[in-house]
Amino acid sequence: MTTPSSSRPTPPSPPRSPSSASRERVLARIRAATAGAGEAPDVPRDYLTRHVPDDPEALLGLLHENLADYRAQVHRTTENELPQLIGRLLDRRGARSVAVPPGLPERWLSATTAERRGDEPRLGPYELDATDAVVTGCALAVAETGTIVLDGGPGQGRRALTLVPDLHLCVVRTPQQVVASVPLALARLGPTRPLTWISGPSATSDIELNRVEGVHGPRTLEVILVTGGPSDGH
Amino acid sequence: MSGVFVGMPAFPEAARTAVADATLRSNLRHATHTIRDKRARAVAELADWVELREAGRRIKEQTLRHLDRHLLRLEESVTGAGGTVHWAADAEEANRIVADLVRATGETEVVKVKSMATQEIGLNEALAAEGIRAYETDLAELIVQLGDDRPSHILVPAIHRNRGEIRDVFRSEMGKWGRPAPDGLTDAPAELAEAARLHLREKFLRAKVGISGANFMVAETGTLVVVESEGNGRMCLTLPETLISVVGIEKVVPSWRDLEVFLQTLPRSSTAERMNPYTSMWTGTSDDDGPSAFHLVLLDAGRTDVLADETGRQALRCIRCSACLNVCPVYERAGGHAYGSVYPGPIGAILTPQLRGTASGIDASLPYASSLCGACYEVCPVAIDIPEVLVHLRERIVERGGPGHRRERATMKAAGWVLDHPSLLAAGERLATRTRALHPRNPPGARAWTESRDLPELPAEPFRDWWRKNRT
Ligand code: SF4
Repeated sequence: MTTPSSSRPTPPSPPRSPSSASRERVLARIRAATAGAGEAPDVPRDYLTRHVPDDPEALLGLLHENLADYRAQVHRTTENELPQLIGRLLDRRGARSVAVPPGLPERWLSATTAERRGDEPRLGPYELDATDAVVTGCALAVAETGTIVLDGGPGQGRRALTLVPDLHLCVVRTPQQVVASVPLALARLGPTRPLTWISGPSATSDIELNRVEGVHGPRTLEVILVTGGPSDGH
Repeated sequence: MSGVFVGMPAFPEAARTAVADATLRSNLRHATHTIRDKRARAVAELADWVELREAGRRIKEQTLRHLDRHLLRLEESVTGAGGTVHWAADAEEANRIVADLVRATGETEVVKVKSMATQEIGLNEALAAEGIRAYETDLAELIVQLGDDRPSHILVPAIHRNRGEIRDVFRSEMGKWGRPAPDGLTDAPAELAEAARLHLREKFLRAKVGISGANFMVAETGTLVVVESEGNGRMCLTLPETLISVVGIEKVVPSWRDLEVFLQTLPRSSTAERMNPYTSMWTGTSDDDGPSAFHLVLLDAGRTDVLADETGRQALRCIRCSACLNVCPVYERAGGHAYGSVYPGPIGAILTPQLRGTASGIDASLPYASSLCGACYEVCPVAIDIPEVLVHLRERIVERGGPGHRRERATMKAAGWVLDHPSLLAAGERLATRTRALHPRNPPGARAWTESRDLPELPAEPFRDWWRKNRT
């Protein structure tokens, strides 16, 4: 084993500029390796865009089922009841502090007594670690896989916010934020924002293939499916 | 490629030792069978699996055909999004680039998320030589690192360790690396995971530099994708100020849309899940989220040699799902270590000898560590015809080495090892005929690039004859 070393490395030198010699070398090797080869055939895209029919009620049911299958706690509520549900869930888990991403609707936290910690200015890693929970919205949810996707938009926050606290409450507005499949999700997401796809709480199967929930990410993921909300999608 | 396990005996000897180890065998058997069955169920859920597999294969073929173009596009996109791209022709150069980047930050430790590429190039050792400690953060990698061990499976590197062994390693070693294991730690998986969580959390929170690989790089957008389960990947990608990703050049895909294929086939093939718990995607740097400096190190290290081989190049399509390991009767009995490389199992048997050549006994013997049963091809989500490449590599080795040559003897022994295990061979004979019927013919126009010959005419009988003839 490499033993812990206390010696400081030699003083920093500026990062090297990209090695243009190696760049040319690698590119030349690639060109030599593929020279004279025929064209590769076109990519057939005759796979399905979705595996389930376009029925909002059925999609909601499927999303619920798949989220639960991967051990997310799933709840359904209405826009009106949402603050009470959030308050109850935070209480039930004993959360005394909650990280609040910029742009989270104020109403959502109107029925909780947990201390609110805004992220402007940014909470440091240790502050986040000392925060019990985080409440967010999402960019969309994928029914076929039981996945929620966050893109850092309003009410979602930067990635560390939903990673370090041990409890994540995520609100999904239905039906407008629910898509059927991975292909439909990708078509709606933009790559310019950092994206996090979450399917159930953090898990490992590294010990004799026993699934254990909660290694480094939040050990509890509560997903709240809001029905009958405003139809503007915000 | 410096990920050679020095002094590694050739496959047959290593395999013999492994087979004699009853614990290892039963761990492996339990693990591979569990994943194998779950995978079959996850795949059966998708009615268009055949089409997705074909699309995945063609996307990768297209990419490899114009790899130079896609890499240049990627470089432009990543640079445009605030990242810096470095090119490394070999392992040594990649290690040097990373070490220099870390030193420039003034830091002496880094957190790492599991990456086969960095294992392949021996990055941890190279960093250690510069006084930089690299902390592995996957639970399995942590087990391997603490136990001063070697990974034996692509996806579950500690598949050869059972819970009692893991507890012992945690108890005796964690304290030497940081926060010690809690008092009274038992071998309950949940307790072991909790011990790892506490041990690593302090490292994540103070980390200034993270090192990762990537499952995919999207040329048109400059987006990198990391697929994981535990959240240690998210920690490494999100909390540090500097992120360095070391990625093989074959990991590029042309378009954003291509992800719709692989994000469906990869999780189901590897962990047998509809979707893995966490997938992270990032494009360069962003002002208000994550690392403020991002470096992408593009790694060749033998990949262009593989690309030059018309038959062998299909190995570069691999998305490292490890499905082929879990169905392989030879892997199940021999274990990952017998392959003497970071890439074990069927994919290792065709990738390692191509990446580092067949000069050593172990590498020359790898293409013989198979009964050619074809189960690996059947499950591969990018349709790599592993038996075809194995036979091709055997031909290459035989062409190059004379009789009585050291490599020749090693290969004979490997073949002998397989042939001396009648159950393996029986499985091979049975399945070979079955899979052959499944082989899709090349569509018109495909021949020119793929040159994919039909599965070589190698029924079990001639193979055995050949073996008898050559046995010394
Ligand atoms: S060769 Fe195919 S089955 Fe094996 S790890 Fe690679 S992609 Fe998966």
